[in-house]
Amino acid sequence: MIVRILNEGQWRLSDEAVRGLNSLDDAVEQAVASGDQDQLTRALHTLLDRIRTTGTRVPDEELEDSDLILPAADSTLEEVQQLLSESEEGLIPGVSAP
Amino acid sequence: MAGIFQRISMIFRAKTDKALDKLEDPRQTLDYSYQRQLELLQKVRRGVADVATSRKRIELQANQLNTQADKLTNQAQKALEVGREDLAREALTRRSGLQQQLSDLQVQHAQLQGEEEKLTRASQRLQAKVDAFRTKKETIKATYSAAEAQTRINEAFSGIGEEMGDVGLAIQRAEDKTAQMQARAGAIDELLASGALDDPTGTAKDDITLELEQLASTSDVENELARMKAALAAGPSAAPQAIEGQQGPPQAQQPPAQAAEPPSLGAQQAQEYQAPPAQSQEAPPAQPQGDLR
Repeated sequence: MIVRILNEGQWRLSDEAVRGLNSLDDAVEQAVASGDQDQLTRALHTLLDRIRTTGTRVPDEELEDSDLILPAADSTLEEVQQLLSESEEGLIPGVSAP
Repeated sequence: MAGIFQRISMIFRAKTDKALDKLEDPRQTLDYSYQRQLELLQKVRRGVADVATSRKRIELQANQLNTQADKLTNQAQKALEVGREDLAREALTRRSGLQQQLSDLQVQHAQLQGEEEKLTRASQRLQAKVDAFRTKKETIKATYSAAEAQTRINEAFSGIGEEMGDVGLAIQRAEDKTAQMQARAGAIDELLASGALDDPTGTAKDDITLELEQLASTSDVENELARMKAALAAGPSAAPQAIEGQQGPPQAQQPPAQAAEPPSLGAQQAQEYQAPPAQSQEAPPAQPQGDLR
């Protein structure tokens, strides 16, 4: 499984490693739901650290799709919320035009 | 893993799919997409340069504020030396205001430096991906039939599309941060310009400096007066002391002076000796001339 951490790049994780992330994932979701910035920062740091240590980096010159995309470690609540509400434009400036 | 990460992943994927749906002849569009990637890469590089410029500006401002803070410390010191605690307090109060600005600037500087590093790394990653895309598009165009190419193009697009989305977000973020910093930096520039923080070039003097200078010049005048009065009062007794003091050194210097005399005499003699030959050189021709006539 390939996971992208926004602003950092991609990591390749074994299925086993991914299963180990589930509880950490819940903590991030809770923090976003409750609007707690400190909790979000802590939860994201723990989660991303785990990915960096259990995964291997996908080389820059490999073109591969990620299965999961995670916000950057220093993301603010607003940024994560904006990311979630984002749907129509702006994210892929390079290929959005016909 | 589900929830928000899946939702975020979906956004990226939806955008790539949407872009792909628009393609009529995918193989021709590969070149167009590549052009767009190069444009984005340029935008990222400009973003790095903008952030670096803002960072340098903050460094300059921090230097100016530091100079001001040092100056106010000196002023406080001087004010205390002449017994003006009120002025010293005013200078220190202003300095504490500056230090608050300074620590704000330091925080911003660290943030900008962080953005700059991130953007630099993002730019390197995107460069590598764009290079990979170029290779892949050439392979696709050369090797695959239209039907096969479609699948390959989807793969190439989704990989680069995601990276571009990521980098696009990073730029947007850096731009927002830089705009905030620039607004703040502008505010500090205005403060510096208005004289509230004093002019670091020293062309305009703030009130503390003026008052201290007045105090200094007054005390200089007083000191000079006091010195003159003392000299006058000491008058007759002081003068001989000065003369005696002056007599000492010349005596000690006499031996070297005598030693130096002979050479100087010799030099004079040499000049005297040289002069006659010059005359004698003129003379002999004169004599023959006289003889001829």
